[in-house]
Amino acid sequence: MTREGAAFEAGCVEAAPLLDVEGLSVRFGVTEAVSKIDLTLSPGQTLAIVGESGSGKSVTALAIMGLTPFADGHIAEGAIRFRTRDEGVIDLATLPEPKLRRIRGSEIAMIFQEPMTALNPVFTIADQITETILEHQGGSAREARAEALRLLKKVRLPDAEAMLDRYPHQLSGGMRQRVVIAMALSCRPRLLIADEPTTALDVTVQAQIMALLAELKEETGAAIIFITHDMGLVAETADDVVVLYEGKKVEEGRIDRLFATPSHPYTRMLLDAVPRLGEFNDTALPYRQPVTIMERGVARQVGETQVQDTVDRAAPLLVADKLTARFAVKHNVIGRATHLVHAAEGVSFAIHPGETLALVGESGSGKSTIGRAIQQLVRPTSGEISFDGQAYGAMTDSTRRALKRDVHSIFQDPLASLNPRRTVGDSIAEPIRIHGLLQGDAAILDRVQGLMAEVGLVPDHHNLYPHQFSGGQRQRICIARALAAEARLIVADEAVSALDVSIQAQIVQLLMRLQAEQGLSYLFISHDMAVVEKMAHRVAVMYLGQIVEIGPRQAVIGAPRHPYTQRLLASVPVPDPARRTTRSSDASEVPSAMRRVGDPPVQVQLVEVAPDHFVAGA
Amino acid sequence: MTYFVRRILALIPILFLTWSAVFFVFEAIPGDPVNLMLAGVPASEEVIANERARLGLDKPLMERYAMFLGRAAVGDLGDSFRTRAPVTEMILEQLAPTLQLAGAGLVVGLSVGLFLGVLAGLRPNTWLDTACTFTALAGSSLPSFWTGMVLIYVFGSILGWVPIVGTGLDALILPAIVTGLFIAGDFARLVRTSIIDASRQDYIRTARAKGLPPIKIIGKHALRNALIPPVTMLGISLSNLIGGAVVTENVFARPGLGTMLVDAVLNKDMPLVQALVVYTTAAYLVINLIVDILYGLIDPRIRHARAMT
Amino acid sequence: MTDISVPVVPTVASKRGVFVQLMRRPTSGVAIIILLVLVSFAVFAPWIAPFDPSRASVGPRLGGPDATHLFGTDLHGRDVFSRVVWGARYSLPVGLATLLLGLVAGGALGVALGYIGGRFDAVGARVVDVLLGFPAIVMAILVVSVLGVGLVKVVIAVAIADIPKFARVIRGATIVAKQNLFVESAVAMGARSSRVMFLHVLPTIMPTVILLGTLNLGGAILSTATLSFLGLGTQPPTPEWGTMLNDGRDYIRYAPWMMIAPGLALFLAIISVNLIGDRLSEIMDPRSRGRE
Repeated sequence: MTREGAAFEAGCVEAAPLLDVEGLSVRFGVTEAVSKIDLTLSPGQTLAIVGESGSGKSVTALAIMGLTPFADGHIAEGAIRFRTRDEGVIDLATLPEPKLRRIRGSEIAMIFQEPMTALNPVFTIADQITETILEHQGGSAREARAEALRLLKKVRLPDAEAMLDRYPHQLSGGMRQRVVIAMALSCRPRLLIADEPTTALDVTVQAQIMALLAELKEETGAAIIFITHDMGLVAETADDVVVLYEGKKVEEGRIDRLFATPSHPYTRMLLDAVPRLGEFNDTALPYRQPVTIMERGVARQVGETQVQDTVDRAAPLLVADKLTARFAVKHNVIGRATHLVHAAEGVSFAIHPGETLALVGESGSGKSTIGRAIQQLVRPTSGEISFDGQAYGAMTDSTRRALKRDVHSIFQDPLASLNPRRTVGDSIAEPIRIHGLLQGDAAILDRVQGLMAEVGLVPDHHNLYPHQFSGGQRQRICIARALAAEARLIVADEAVSALDVSIQAQIVQLLMRLQAEQGLSYLFISHDMAVVEKMAHRVAVMYLGQIVEIGPRQAVIGAPRHPYTQRLLASVPVPDPARRTTRSSDASEVPSAMRRVGDPPVQVQLVEVAPDHFVAGA
Repeated sequence: MTYFVRRILALIPILFLTWSAVFFVFEAIPGDPVNLMLAGVPASEEVIANERARLGLDKPLMERYAMFLGRAAVGDLGDSFRTRAPVTEMILEQLAPTLQLAGAGLVVGLSVGLFLGVLAGLRPNTWLDTACTFTALAGSSLPSFWTGMVLIYVFGSILGWVPIVGTGLDALILPAIVTGLFIAGDFARLVRTSIIDASRQDYIRTARAKGLPPIKIIGKHALRNALIPPVTMLGISLSNLIGGAVVTENVFARPGLGTMLVDAVLNKDMPLVQALVVYTTAAYLVINLIVDILYGLIDPRIRHARAMT
Repeated sequence: MTDISVPVVPTVASKRGVFVQLMRRPTSGVAIIILLVLVSFAVFAPWIAPFDPSRASVGPRLGGPDATHLFGTDLHGRDVFSRVVWGARYSLPVGLATLLLGLVAGGALGVALGYIGGRFDAVGARVVDVLLGFPAIVMAILVVSVLGVGLVKVVIAVAIADIPKFARVIRGATIVAKQNLFVESAVAMGARSSRVMFLHVLPTIMPTVILLGTLNLGGAILSTATLSFLGLGTQPPTPEWGTMLNDGRDYIRYAPWMMIAPGLALFLAIISVNLIGDRLSEIMDPRSRGRE
């Protein structure tokens, strides 16, 4: 399909495009990050650029903004034709820097992924918004401030007047992103580039921001380039999609066609790998599905379909009973604590051998704290944890140490959890050496290599260092380490959240296979409901340190009873363009878990609404 | 507001702790103060006992401790062994020239350091950066006493541009340069690193994306953040300055606390040494307080952090 | 910045690679050569020095530099050049010894504070901060006042004076190292404190410690020389550079060579060490190179 044809198919009124990128290639030193990319954008159109890490999607955005030289790159070839307001069509790729600067921020604006660091911490919100206005539009300081106020209201920030004089560190991630959006819109740009604007945000906040962007799109008529790896978000916002893989464009098209009939194998793989919430609603138990992987440009399927009937209901492996963890944060002059963060309040649950219990919640829900308490990294303020019928508190020191074998954690950042100075073989062997499970280097090496093969790594690579592996491979190394410890319960704390969607699917499949083969139990801590749905037997939803709903996966996800669970599920983006819903863009925030000493939160009571399905305050 | 009040109030317990430490360190020093005072002059038992009583040395430890703290607070730490004059008076006499030197040295050091550091930080990896970094390094590698002597030789003896001795303003030039160079080097390198760090932050990327001109990006966004680490280092720079002053006063034969300290140590004049330590530490703590306040003014995150430091 | 930057060179640099990189830049390359010259002075002093450094009247008193006496002669008619060459035997090892002593003592304290944490650290760190306030020179002078004068005493004094500085930096590094996820993982896996400390924490802070050492070696040499200059270190006729500068002080007008030569040697030693240290820190931490 020609470029003109694609634009025509997009059905826009003006045949003349707003942005016309032709044959763009960007290099960093000798590496070519983007190769000969073409794309067109019409006024008012939303184009999604999709890809995983290394696809070059962010690089393309930077190139359009003329920011590549500041990242030590350069545009090797190609044209970026942009239709300006008053000066006709210009080529941004060859435009000199002073002219680019006039366009940046005024006609083309960009918002980035990390709201926490995008704002300068030492200047007020008002200062940072007004400086764009003053730079591009002139005028008096008072006018600019009035405009800033108007913008803050437009992005639905509560208490906008007071917000003007606040500093970034006083705002939450979601609020900061709204400020960033306000800044970007301040000069009425015709093109807004959003580079993964919601990736760092909680899913409910993400939903709010996406709704906000949709509303603003309507109001301002700006064209949007939306860069993401999340097919669900693509389905919700885009008119057209461009798929990038390793710096090249592999597919493009209207959104419904792309989702319904993807032509390139990579697109198909991406769509296959995206967890779809609700697709398992009919089955009580999770089951494994084959995963599509890309090998040298060709897609193939690995794995089998298997129902995950692994739970041994006889006796629970781990029981948490009214677990409470509170941390002192603020102190008065003499050092006595004045405020406590109630990370966990009266949390109770049980995990059986061979079972996956998912602990779901957003940031501040306390789910990580529970994981750490089970792993003995945090001492609970009250409550008890029991393993194999023995309470932690009643254990001797040596039993407790041995427990650290039985319970093993894998974390969100596998690179950070491996010592960069030790070979992966040594890291995998660590639990063996700590607990003396095997004697002699030869025996240990043998076992390590066996484990590496089992998790899908090349055994001869045991002499390499962590930085030489990819993200997914590193997580496999961590899983191998858990197996080396002969753990019975694995606490997976956001273990797949930082991985590309296709890799995520592979790791989930690996975990499920190991569970079936070895009867492993998992405490799967995550904020990603769709991934949870794939592998959990039971789901517990946490809010402000308490469990608000717990029950079998089919019940909690298929027919949620608690309003928070419902809201959480409703916020998950659906990777199906035919099912777009409108959501609220209001900036309602999760209240803080910090309270004054002596003012503990009310303990919710769980009521059994269905067999084994408990809901708070029903 | 609470931040500033807290920091000021915190000064008292810290001062108390520090002075206690000084007291106990001096208690631990072997040697009988009275014998040291007499410095070999024979005296009868009775005289010794009298001196003891006069100095309060026969009282129990805790009582002497309390007396010490009380006296330090009001500024009466006894008399010098050598001159028999009250040590506080002696210190005050010599305070002015040392302060002059430290002040002038600070001005020289900060300006040179800032100049070199900013130039190097704005254009990293260019010949300008290498030149500035090298100069800064050379400055902090120069033994100040040698530099002093070389400068005296060149500017004093050969060229005769500035007087070598004396207490006037022009006699301050060479010593100030020498003391200043001492701290300029480290300061320049810290400024350079913090500018480079600040330039790599995400908010700089945002500022660029907003289309701001480079001068605003560096001059406003980067610089304000880049100043934070150097300001926190000011406290240490100042204590280095005092150390540098000791040497410089010696080389230029200027009167001052530095010369006084060395002489006091060589003469084993304990009360004077003790008094000097007591008041230098107090001065250091006050300076630290001022630095903390400055820091709070620059970085709003510190002002609003409610946790006790 | 996210997925845009060029992959960073891993900081686990090989030793050979480091040396090559040091020689690559002209500044550190020249510095290494200068340092080697000075070290050879120290090692081969008996063969390099033309005269006995302590022997008086080998030449005219306060004679200027000429063919026989490259750096002239001093007050007692001793050959300055020979004294400078022999001086390397005192000033260099003394500086090194001071640094090592301070680094080990301060490092042990810093690691203890950082690793043990809790109340021990809360109190200890405060004490260290207060001690940090004493100008090092003042502190060293104080220690000398208690111990007495002499080169060994100077070494101890300067080492003690430097302990707070090292302790603080190493404490900071230990705290950061402890927060690494792989350290937490090791604890979670059941590793004992000693294992965590020696296998995970110490190797992680080693580059910082080495860097700290190289960056402060120059300062240690300077501090010991300063104390000698003030008359608190070696006693005459030992040809230590600082003491020589003290001798030359009164004769700046008439015999400037007496102070120029040893001072120059001291300066060259310090600046070479500092240049190498600076370059080393650049190599080990790509951040400071600028755009990376």
